[in-house]
Amino acid sequence: MSAQPRLVEVRQNVLKQNDLLARELRRRFQDAGLYVVSLVSSPGAGKTAFLEKMLSSLRERGLRVAALVGDLATDNDAARLARAAVPVKQISTGTVCHLDAQMIERALDEWSLEELDLLFIENVGNLVCPSSYDLGENLRIVLLSTTEGEDKPLKYPTIFNTADVCLITKIDLAEATEFDLTTALASIQQVRPGMKVFQASAKTGEGMDEWLKFLEGKRKSSDECRMMSDELKRE
Amino acid sequence: MHELSIAMSMIEMATEEAERRGGVQVSAVHLKLGPLSGVVKEALLFSYDVACEGTPLEGSRLVIEDVPVVVYCPECEEERTLDSIQKFSCAVCETPTPQILRGQELEIVALEIEG
Repeated sequence: MSAQPRLVEVRQNVLKQNDLLARELRRRFQDAGLYVVSLVSSPGAGKTAFLEKMLSSLRERGLRVAALVGDLATDNDAARLARAAVPVKQISTGTVCHLDAQMIERALDEWSLEELDLLFIENVGNLVCPSSYDLGENLRIVLLSTTEGEDKPLKYPTIFNTADVCLITKIDLAEATEFDLTTALASIQQVRPGMKVFQASAKTGEGMDEWLKFLEGKRKSSDECRMMSDELKRE
Repeated sequence: MHELSIAMSMIEMATEEAERRGGVQVSAVHLKLGPLSGVVKEALLFSYDVACEGTPLEGSRLVIEDVPVVVYCPECEEERTLDSIQKFSCAVCETPTPQILRGQELEIVALEIEG
């Protein structure tokens, strides 16, 4: 007679390894005085175009910026971003539909984090899978373009919930695509009440200043926090 | 679809746990799954069977317990279960709230072991 199966309690977060590594990365970024921003969106929402514009604008403002770009197969995005004349590294994920903390750690291998102010991580174009993985970033932006449906936040509430800020891109096309901004904003607030939303166009530059000002404010306040905690440690 | 890699991590964790307990045979893995985990239940169930093949967990079952999203309503000062993840507001007074208390779980809670 075989014994009855027993139930033993385990309690383990399946993504524990990723979360621990992400936490370690976050500490490394903080120690190096580096502010890290990740971008998520569906394919074609304009992550690369927006990032290209941000990288050159921030570089012109005297900031030391760099980018990691996740892509399934090609290095087209990395090649595009390299035009901004800043360090860019490609992470080829193969068939994997998202970036994880380990990929970030490996990609940072040869870079000296102390020599950077801002690092951008462009995730693979996907509104589902990236939501499960913490990358150690300080700020996660979800991009929604005016060429997509206004109800996208309702279809992908989880990604909107893991992001800190929403950026509506290709705002210059809003009229041509009959993008209903009011509905889009309502959808965002419905799945993530209080979420801060920006509107911009990488092509015309509209809304870029306001966005960059916000980003710079976030970076500075994070840096001030770091300096304060360093001071406390010394005391 | 990232459920396959999630399933593989689960099997790895369960295998390690079984080894720690003296190489016991695992017949089922019990998982708590929240709607905000970013993981699709059906895809995970399918991936689990595929990922189990050729591992010590081959033939084992995956038992998923769905857990709801619970938010905090600042108006009622109460925990509230969401009716839908498309609407983050209090089910009673309709005040919008972004304060998630539960619903992001992706957690192995128990293993069924033979003998």
